[in-house]
Amino acid sequence: MNKILLVIQREYLVRVKKKSFVFTTILIPLVIIGFYAVIFAISVSGGHDKNTVAVIDQAGFFSSNIENSKGDESKYIIITDQSLETFKGNYKSKGYDYLLYIPPMDVTKSTSNIQLFSPSPLGLSQKRKIERTIDNAVELKRLQSANIPREQYRSIQSDVSIENKVLNGKEEKKNVAIVAQTVSFACGMLIYVIMLIYGTMVMRGVMEEKISRIAEVMVSSVKPFQLMMGKIIGIGAVGLTQFAIWITLIVTLRYVLHIPGLDSIGTTPGMAESGGMMTTINTGLGSLPWALIISCFIFYFLGGYLLYASLFAAIGSVVSEDQSEAQQFVFPVMMPIVLGFVIMSKGMSDPNSPLVIFGSLFPLTSPVVMMGRIMYNVPVSQIIASMLLLVLGILFFTWVTAKIYRTGILMYGKKVTWKEMIKWTFRKS
Amino acid sequence: MNRLDVKHLKKYYTSQKAVDDISFSLAPGSIFGLLGPNGAGKTTLLRMVTGILYPDEGEITFDGQLFNPDKDNAYIGYMPEEKGLYKKMKIGDQAIYLAQLKGLSKATAMERVKHWFIKFEMQSWWNKKVEDLSKGMQQKLQFVTTVLNDPKLIILDEPFSGLDPVNSNLIKEEIYMLAQNGASIIFSTHRMEQVEEICDHIILVNKGQKILDGSVNGVKQQFKEAIFSIGLDSQPGQINSPAFEIINKKEQQLILKINEGFRSNDVLHFFLQQEVGINSFQEILPSLSDIFIKLVEGTPLTRQFQTVTA
Repeated sequence: MNKILLVIQREYLVRVKKKSFVFTTILIPLVIIGFYAVIFAISVSGGHDKNTVAVIDQAGFFSSNIENSKGDESKYIIITDQSLETFKGNYKSKGYDYLLYIPPMDVTKSTSNIQLFSPSPLGLSQKRKIERTIDNAVELKRLQSANIPREQYRSIQSDVSIENKVLNGKEEKKNVAIVAQTVSFACGMLIYVIMLIYGTMVMRGVMEEKISRIAEVMVSSVKPFQLMMGKIIGIGAVGLTQFAIWITLIVTLRYVLHIPGLDSIGTTPGMAESGGMMTTINTGLGSLPWALIISCFIFYFLGGYLLYASLFAAIGSVVSEDQSEAQQFVFPVMMPIVLGFVIMSKGMSDPNSPLVIFGSLFPLTSPVVMMGRIMYNVPVSQIIASMLLLVLGILFFTWVTAKIYRTGILMYGKKVTWKEMIKWTFRKS
Repeated sequence: MNRLDVKHLKKYYTSQKAVDDISFSLAPGSIFGLLGPNGAGKTTLLRMVTGILYPDEGEITFDGQLFNPDKDNAYIGYMPEEKGLYKKMKIGDQAIYLAQLKGLSKATAMERVKHWFIKFEMQSWWNKKVEDLSKGMQQKLQFVTTVLNDPKLIILDEPFSGLDPVNSNLIKEEIYMLAQNGASIIFSTHRMEQVEEICDHIILVNKGQKILDGSVNGVKQQFKEAIFSIGLDSQPGQINSPAFEIINKKEQQLILKINEGFRSNDVLHFFLQQEVGINSFQEILPSLSDIFIKLVEGTPLTRQFQTVTA
């Protein structure tokens, strides 16, 4: 027992003492934030490009001046003195960005075959805006031909947005589905990322021991199982340390910058527009079962890590010499993780479908999937079953992988096959 | 009481009988050579003695008690053929860590590491990483980490590979010293001249079985072929004797083989009769290398895979 502590201590200290540890611990959240900032920036931008669009309107969609749809900042100029064939070649040189061509047709019947010529593929949002402008014009024409005043049409049009209110007996709480969804997704995603990052860290650690040939010296002092578990626990502790640092950073930052409440977590792009959104998010977050979420998160974080770390350790032990050899073994282990992620994404829209329930019970996918549906009143029996199965899964996979590890770590120069690994599993010690 | 008693040890793999009924004993303070061609089962045998592998059959007794790897590996130092250390770890920390894993307290480990580092003039290495060392330096460090726990049984698999003569001698001296202080040493190598120089007892394994066991001198006596060298002070005339045949002739030095039924005295008698002055007369014992080749030759050089029905 004392030896396993020594191994844990070494694995932990060697990683934490590295200069790169502090660096990556601070850098990773910055990169993630930066990444989302870029995505956000990209999704928001694109509406600002002001293009000049030449329009050859042979169907008479537009009256003399073109009414832009909301957010469309392009400038439309109707061309009447040019044919499509000649203008197609030189619209660019005349200072236009795009050429919109509407062939002759009956506006009340169909609107097909409209073409937009551009030097490079058009952005999706830009295309949508131009389409909406045309739609507006077509609608107007159709309203005119049906003799409906525009104001009347506007008053008929409906734009519903549902507010979801949850009745839980005692008090009525305002709930915002999107907040619960975002938190679920973030938790599931986090566990998914943790299992991948720290799992591969364990794998590389085992490979290092094997490739540098210290494994044989080590197993003459400690049992292979102690060596494997020491590494897994040590690296797990590194992960927990990293989390502790992040949480401290967030708390300090919030204290320093006076950011109120939990609102920074639930904000999703596009929601910030409406003014009362912050309060909705706050009440939404307030309505979530935080105690359950946090305790489940810790459980599934540790459980998922332990399960996959042992699998990755086994992979590391059968690989000799080169990294690329690891690839063929990593793939089958990655698959259930990715599968879990896919099922979780499905669970966002349908948290009680049989597939999602299965996914949240099956130990290889449950850490990710269960975290994704924990908000949606999962029956206690299912949570207990899922946790029990996960614990059994950990015990089973640790037992299996320890056997593979013990043999693999001393095996050199020979490519190990799946068949052999299965044989090692069933061999008596 | 023997330090180590190995009785009828067997380890079968699916395609090979890696170790097939090997027994030997090792006395305290003796240096024991384990010889054998590649793939003879030496590594498997050593791994069982260090507790890395469990034998399928047979029994290992360590200091009179049934071998218990968990307890006894504190008294064993193992330097495997495939040597390695944590490349990115500081050398001092690494040595202490490995000593602690052998059951030493941190303070004792520190003390021992310092002692050995001073002895081997390695003090300046303390804060370096293993990857900064040359291969020979790594080998030296590996030896130090092997003996830090003051083991009763030291197993060295090719300990001199990659070492220059100066460092080889340094380690050789340490091996003698450790043996004098009562440690038993198992020394596995293919370098026969080192075995002759260092070991007092050898066993030879081939195809998983022990084919030779004895003291270095005893083995040589066992395989001697009545070959003598005689030095004369002048060229002898026609040599024609039923007692011996000349194998090699180099000026006044003759190498001869005594025929069966005759003794060395018959040779001397012949030359005395010739009235040739005799400077030297000496038996030539076969080298271990010759014995090794003789015993192993004729068997296929590499082991063939076979189906094992255990």
